[in-house]
Amino acid sequence: MPTDKTDGAGAPDLSKQSGAAVQTGPDFDGNGRPRIAFEDVSKQFGKNVVLNDLNFNVAKGERVTLIGPSGSGKTTILRLLMTLEELSGGFIYVDGDPLTHRKNDAGKRVAMKPKEISVIRKRIGMVFQQFNLFPNMSVIENITEAPIHVLGQSKDEAREKAKKLLDQVGLGDRAEEHPTRLSGGQQQRVAIARALAMEPEILLLDEVTSALDPELVGDVLGVLRDVANSTDITMLLVTHEMQFARDVSHRVMMFDAGHIIEEAEPDAMFSDPQHERTKKFLQAIL
Amino acid sequence: MSSSVKWDWSLANEAFPDILKAFLEVTLLVTVAASILSALLGLVWAVALRELPGPLSKVLGWLLGVIRMTPLPLQLLIVTYGIVTPQGWLAHLDGPDQLNHRLMIIGIVVFAVHYSTYMAESYRAGIESLPKGQWEAATALSLPQSRTWRVVIIPQALRATLPSLGNWAIAMFKDTPYLLAIGVIEMVTQARQIGGDHFDYIEVFTIAGLIFLVASYPTAILMRRLEKKLAY
Ligand SMILES: Nc1ncnc2c1ncn2[C@@H]1O[C@H](COP(=O)(O)OP(=O)(O)O)[C@@H](O)[C@H]1O
Ligand SMILES: [Mg+2]
Repeated sequence: MPTDKTDGAGAPDLSKQSGAAVQTGPDFDGNGRPRIAFEDVSKQFGKNVVLNDLNFNVAKGERVTLIGPSGSGKTTILRLLMTLEELSGGFIYVDGDPLTHRKNDAGKRVAMKPKEISVIRKRIGMVFQQFNLFPNMSVIENITEAPIHVLGQSKDEAREKAKKLLDQVGLGDRAEEHPTRLSGGQQQRVAIARALAMEPEILLLDEVTSALDPELVGDVLGVLRDVANSTDITMLLVTHEMQFARDVSHRVMMFDAGHIIEEAEPDAMFSDPQHERTKKFLQAIL
Repeated sequence: MSSSVKWDWSLANEAFPDILKAFLEVTLLVTVAASILSALLGLVWAVALRELPGPLSKVLGWLLGVIRMTPLPLQLLIVTYGIVTPQGWLAHLDGPDQLNHRLMIIGIVVFAVHYSTYMAESYRAGIESLPKGQWEAATALSLPQSRTWRVVIIPQALRATLPSLGNWAIAMFKDTPYLLAIGVIEMVTQARQIGGDHFDYIEVFTIAGLIFLVASYPTAILMRRLEKKLAY
């Protein structure tokens, strides 16, 4: 059943969905603004052109999985959105607002000031493959640091919210411990809680289970399913967990050499891939 | 003849209080003050090297290199006679105590600046040893740069750098006799003067050596404790 695209908020109505995917292609709210828009984005590292005139949109509340062979540019796309890499060309818009570069009145592309960038960046959160928790802080300090010092929450408020998040990820009793004492799976769940504590509109997940022992993957994916089912956070995820991708995403984009060579609802993508490269890729990993 | 190799207890007893006094009032004071100052300065340099725009950072790096590569006694002389004396800061003083006091301040500052250049290198290595992911996580949380330094990078870098900071402090301690270059009477010079008065140096230098040893050892232990405390 397709999501009702006419609803004012623009987010897919999750309650009407039966778990699996429903949505294809870009979706816009009443103002015609997607949550994320890549416009003619290019990125090169030295002479290595990784992305070249890439265009795509992600709707509010949409969950999109990026698949494709190693080196096809998936991580680069997420890192550009998180402003961890500098755009070589083009524009990225979040809710219609330029993220790092804008067109000035003369139509010329100009870089934005760090202060302007940080305003937009606050809407985006990211979970990394290597967790990247701060080892010198306790679990709860990891989670409350940014809400207190970036969002301006009071310490009590931030701690209360962090406790709820820790309960949600099944680590309510580990708040005061240092992350180094936790297993990889537990650390990753703390990292998810830390990202969610910033109440982002967009959550970027880059192979968040790839560094985990197989028996710890399930817990982390469980937490993410939970987030997907209980919020309308827009998600962009890179994963090799195809069942998970199938269950939580509305759309799958297949990348090859920085280009989207195929995109579809997950069911269609996984059971009936059209492109030869996609078929080969899926055969190799499924 | 034979008296010069025999241990003279009465001279040792007589000399000890003066040597100890010079140790506490000059050697130890200069070392502690200069250690703290240089640890702070070194951190400032290390952060500035990363935060300043490219050309300024290059200039700073070059300046630090120049200071690091020139001998400490020469720097003491240049600052004392080349900079401070022409400014008149050492003239018209109330007496030798005040002069000594001011020379000691010069000593502390020069020691601190000199050693801060080494400490900056240690900090730099400590900062670079942190995974890039720490910076990236801070960016992903939109932490301001200053906050990232203060609560993410510096605490972790400090932990990695602490052993080498301790070593620099001990090296500084052992360099304090250079203060003689500008006429500050620290422990070793004091010991030599007393020895000279009695034509007998064995006792005074033994005492000075023992004091160095006795002071270094607890410092090393203290550093190890601090390291443990910072561990997680
Ligand atoms: N920091 C970097 N410096 C140079 N090249 C990079 C850097 N990051 C990524 N690349 C290159 O960009 C290409 C795409 O990488 P990436 O986005 O990580 O692909 P994926 O995540 O799909 O495996 C690769 O060729 C990779 O070597
Ligand atoms: Mg990748």
